[in-house]
Amino acid sequence: MNQTNTFQLDGEEIPFTPGQTIIQAATAHGTYIPHLCWHPDFSPYGSCKLCTVKVTGRFGSSCTIEAQAGMEVENRTAELDDKRRTLLQMFFVEGNHFCPSCEKSGGCTLQATAYELKMMSPHFDMFYPDRPVDASHPDILLDFNRCIMCGLCVAASREIDGKNVFAMGGRGLLGRRVHISSESGKLADTDFAVTDRAASICPVGVILRKRKGFAVPIGERKYDLAPISEHVTEKAP
Amino acid sequence: MSDTDKIDAVIDHHRRDGTRLMQILREIQEQLGWLSPATLTRVAEAVGWPRAMVSGTASFYSFFHTRPRGKYCVLWSDNITDRMLGNADLMDAMCKKLWLEPGRVSEDGLVSVNTTSCTGMGDQGPALLVNYRAITRMTPSRVGEMVGLIRNQTPVAEWPAEWFAVDDNIRRKDILLAHDLVPGQALSAALERGPEKMLAEIKGARLRGRGGAGFSTGLKWEACRNADGSGANPAHYVVCNADEGEPGTFKDRVLLTSYADLVFEGMSIAGLVVGAKKGLLYLRGEYRYLLEPLESALAARREANLLGKNILGSDFEFDIEIHLGAGAYICGEESALIESLEGKPGRPRIRPPFPVTNGYLAQPTTVNNVETLAASCLIAAHGSEWYAQHGTDKSTGTKLLSVSGDCERPGIYEYPYGVTVRQVLEDCGATDSQAVQNSGPSGVCVAEAEFGRRIAFEDLPTAGAFMVFDETRDMFEVARNFAHFFAHESCGFCTPCRVGTTLVRNMMDKIARQHGSPYDIDELFKLHRLMQGASHCGLGNSACNPVFDTLNKFRPAYERRLQSLDYEPAFDLDAALSQARQMTGRDDAAAHFAANSQDEAKA
Repeated sequence: MNQTNTFQLDGEEIPFTPGQTIIQAATAHGTYIPHLCWHPDFSPYGSCKLCTVKVTGRFGSSCTIEAQAGMEVENRTAELDDKRRTLLQMFFVEGNHFCPSCEKSGGCTLQATAYELKMMSPHFDMFYPDRPVDASHPDILLDFNRCIMCGLCVAASREIDGKNVFAMGGRGLLGRRVHISSESGKLADTDFAVTDRAASICPVGVILRKRKGFAVPIGERKYDLAPISEHVTEKAP
Repeated sequence: MSDTDKIDAVIDHHRRDGTRLMQILREIQEQLGWLSPATLTRVAEAVGWPRAMVSGTASFYSFFHTRPRGKYCVLWSDNITDRMLGNADLMDAMCKKLWLEPGRVSEDGLVSVNTTSCTGMGDQGPALLVNYRAITRMTPSRVGEMVGLIRNQTPVAEWPAEWFAVDDNIRRKDILLAHDLVPGQALSAALERGPEKMLAEIKGARLRGRGGAGFSTGLKWEACRNADGSGANPAHYVVCNADEGEPGTFKDRVLLTSYADLVFEGMSIAGLVVGAKKGLLYLRGEYRYLLEPLESALAARREANLLGKNILGSDFEFDIEIHLGAGAYICGEESALIESLEGKPGRPRIRPPFPVTNGYLAQPTTVNNVETLAASCLIAAHGSEWYAQHGTDKSTGTKLLSVSGDCERPGIYEYPYGVTVRQVLEDCGATDSQAVQNSGPSGVCVAEAEFGRRIAFEDLPTAGAFMVFDETRDMFEVARNFAHFFAHESCGFCTPCRVGTTLVRNMMDKIARQHGSPYDIDELFKLHRLMQGASHCGLGNSACNPVFDTLNKFRPAYERRLQSLDYEPAFDLDAALSQARQMTGRDDAAAHFAANSQDEAKA
């Protein structure tokens, strides 16, 4: 191994190939950096800011910063995990997340990350936004109450399905949302199919398959069995 | 002509080019009043874009309406300086006269009244926009007359012309505003030098960006010039950032009104240096009224062979196009501005790559402030040595300040860099000042003890806003106004800014309602630390600045609002009963929690 192509992540030596971002190299090495919107199959989006690390004293998103030889990166420090907890709390108060009644519970990245970071309460006042549910599609239910604006459905529909069913639009806390490519705004009026990659990409419980509820009992689901930090290799190349 | 024909004519005029979506949507809306679902579908089909992308853009900008709007759309500029001039009472009076709730379209579809972010008329407020035309100096009697005109459905074009008058209010001229250049003089000097030597002059003059960040203009142009265009249509672009959205700033408006030739000539010089054939001026939607005069100025320059092919007999080719924004502060950030130029929501890009290598249409692009480009003409005409004699060592030249707030002579003041805050206050006739908001909400709040500080990159950098607050003003309310501004203008892309700006706004409102405690102050500091480090762009990074500054410098303004200096629950039991009171039609003492608890305490 070329000794110059490594950087330090919390004191651990991480090898990388030139052009790799910090999170790509860490994931390939099996080291977990908390994240929500990053996915190895898509170009980095950089919106959730959960993967924020400190590189020589400066904060930055590890999904967009390219690894450099000799770089010293802080990841799971008390300071950064504290910031991440606040970001997670922001997600929980801006949407309507009721884990006990959510089909995604136990398989949800947001929930699992909150457990990983030991988030104990939403902390801030809940916003209780008024967000729509779209049950128009025969096979898919969309519950935007749980949307974390990660843009993964947009990227999957565009880059893999070649359909552009979704786009992010609107502005700010109240305006920003996923737009659907039909005049009615309903998913049924698009060419979206249950076999699309976008149908299975949602890290939270927005895009759900109809008639598939509770196939795996709660308690036996992915993150019930092992914390999200132990699933890191799933996203390794 | 049917609506569909009107839509098609606009789209065809823009060559069915999706990157021109902002202009297409605006022009359609100017004719049809709003952007209906069917309109958006037709536009999406014609330009070949996914419909969700078209509606995504349409819903991003405050000035686009995807629901029917009133025939008259009144938007009161709601910067703190407008507030200080009494806009809230005037708007309230207008709503009462029209039997209207703010933000709602009247039942008959005639009118809506709401607020908007600063419209760039800080020296002549209270200001508003009527159907996106700027009106200044509102008074109670004007409100009355305006309501009459709206009720009688008099077209806005027939309203009294003096209402639409916008004054330059230039109070102090220095080398830029007192320039004696004739159109073409600076450009021909630049052509004579050639691009390399012209670049050397800009670098030699140590010109820095006037948008506030102060990046070296010479280095920016050089990086853009050295970058190669790529793809099917390789090119270089010059973009003039005239999205003057920082509350309290209006100097670019004056430059574009009375010094447009200087700005266009600066763009041409930049084009010569970086090797661009095309320049784009991104004009904020609030300055819609400047579009026609600017188009005429461009036509005159084409006529004079200062734009187009073989400019002034050389082989230099360059032309300029104006793009209008539609009400989004974030588009002042250069990469968000480029997204907007491409027809998309103004979401700041991930950087690197920077615009100088991957900008407009992924081509090398230099984005410069209006004032920076104007200043480059002075360097072209008089040389770097002459220019660098003005200002300070690290901040050469002069700076335009937009002075507003508590002073006798608000307006535009041009100073060599290095002027003290105190000097500016003296010149504008400000007395008993307690603070100056330098460079707008995202800048620094300067307290009286700091009035000896200097406006310069090495001390107080500024984008130009200079809002003065005298000792009668409540600095907490100033910060609260800015907190509302940032919550309204956050693009919503990244979590810390999208949610954080609203959390900060809510906490400031809670303190204003006298339900705050020291706990909330600690929370504000915590959010400041998070947003400053983790946000995607400068908006989120600086959104807490006004709160942070006023907390540090005007702490008593907060503390006297804290009900208890110890602890206060976030939950207001009495407020929580308000819905129940409304539903039961009760408002007696027993329907209030406070009353009950007091009775219990007495018993």
